[in-house]
Amino acid sequence: MTGSAVAARDFSFWYGKNQALHGVNITVPPRSIMALIGPSGCGKSTFLRSINRMNDTIPGARHEGSVLLGGKDVYAPGMDVVRLRHRVGMVFQRWNPFPKSIYDNVAYGPRINLRLRGRELDDVVERSLRRAALWDEVKDRLSETALGLSGGQQQRLCIARALANQPDVLLLDEPASALDPGATQKIEQLLFELKSELAIVIVTHNLQQAGRVSDYTAFFYLGHLVECDATGTLFTNPREARTEAYITGRFG
Amino acid sequence: MTGAATGDRLYQLAVTGFALVIPGLLALIAIAIGVAAWPAFSTAGLSFITSSEWNVQAGKFGAAPAIYGTLVSSFIALALATPLAVGVAIFLSEIAPKWLRQPVAFLVDLLAAIPSVVYGLWGIFFLVPMLRDHVVPFLRDTLHLGGTPLFSGPAYGPSMLAAGVILAIMALPYISAVTREVLLAVPRSQRDAALALGATKWEMIRDAVVPYARSGIIGGVILGLGRALGETMAVTMVIGNRPEISASLLAPGYTMASLIANEFTEATSDLHLSALMAVGAVLFVVTLIVNGIARWLVWRVASGPRA
Repeated sequence: MTGSAVAARDFSFWYGKNQALHGVNITVPPRSIMALIGPSGCGKSTFLRSINRMNDTIPGARHEGSVLLGGKDVYAPGMDVVRLRHRVGMVFQRWNPFPKSIYDNVAYGPRINLRLRGRELDDVVERSLRRAALWDEVKDRLSETALGLSGGQQQRLCIARALANQPDVLLLDEPASALDPGATQKIEQLLFELKSELAIVIVTHNLQQAGRVSDYTAFFYLGHLVECDATGTLFTNPREARTEAYITGRFG
Repeated sequence: MTGAATGDRLYQLAVTGFALVIPGLLALIAIAIGVAAWPAFSTAGLSFITSSEWNVQAGKFGAAPAIYGTLVSSFIALALATPLAVGVAIFLSEIAPKWLRQPVAFLVDLLAAIPSVVYGLWGIFFLVPMLRDHVVPFLRDTLHLGGTPLFSGPAYGPSMLAAGVILAIMALPYISAVTREVLLAVPRSQRDAALALGATKWEMIRDAVVPYARSGIIGGVILGLGRALGETMAVTMVIGNRPEISASLLAPGYTMASLIANEFTEATSDLHLSALMAVGAVLFVVTLIVNGIARWLVWRVASGPRA
């Protein structure tokens, strides 16, 4: 696949009368990590949740323009939202494993989407936990409750759970903001390894984190995409004055 | 000490006093019933709860049929009411359009406001004939259940089944209200987790919302059970009041509450009165335990994820 894993074309979004995004144009290349940064309320999470249409559940939400996944508009009529979310994994700020066993958490997606059972399912669960760098820590207690894991482990379990669907794109909404530095480092390392297989879009408040993990960074401000560039360029040589002000800590 | 501080202390003492009145009252009731019930318990011994012979003239007091009837009629009530109430709650909290939620929830809650004697009247003049003329023939002829002990024997009308159905209608609003609350308390993050993994709305409800709320739903069911165990008037009017244990749900039965209600006005001997008190004590203990379990289960859900 060449071109883009995810792209937005003149994409605007409203919550009722409140416009959250103004004509966003952005391209996330395959096998890369795109970081979305900006102050609270700038629209970066709204954009992230537009990619797998998690905003659909909010009453009064509407959009204009398009979000393309592998070249197809996710808002096109006839798009099956359930299949879309199957292809796009999402990890939330606050880890949210189900109050079930570790195994059942990871197995959830393949069970409902592919009706996998038995040996096949075991394989997917193991592979996903390995990809999330969690296998060695949990392989002897797969049937224990996921809620007994540490916060960092629970978050990696949520990543494993998303990977079990074998998504093309992984979306992460501040996945490490509630974790300690050690757990954060593990997640960042994990993302770095995963990008050889899929495209990753990560919302973060932590500029150092954006600088460490991402290939591209997009700066959102008041619902506008102000600037998007290779991460090194954006952090060292921003074109826009507002970008520079934000990354040097003068506001936000 | 300043005037304000004195006021504070007085206020504190007053509300503490009010708060202690309730457990004090509970203890007083328990002691009074226990003391009054003691002669019957010590005379009858264990046979009070194992014997089926309730003969006032002979001084025999075996409350087993009433205990059995209370438990069975309440169990029928829960078996019928739980699926219905949980379905109603899921509909109201997850599926119904916003404008429909309040009116329907209000009507369901209203079921709890109908006086039980009115339920009883409705039971005698509508439910009992309907069960006898339509439901029982359907169970026997269409579903061929007449051969099973549960639906064998003559069906005159007043029956354990009628009591169970009436109790189901009365317990439904309680179960439904609690279930609605705990479903609404399921965090957004759990719903998001399921949806983001490609769950349909139905799969989200089945796999994320209901399991998360499960112990709260059980709490609601047990609260409904508490309601059913103690219900007196409506049950007394439709159950037939016959102190016998019968396997058939179509046969008349008895419950602890109706036993007390029927006999206390004519209880002249001390032992008879004491026996009724003892029935009350058993009922009291059973409902207390049931309510305790219900509160504990609901508290477990309300106190958030067990992380």
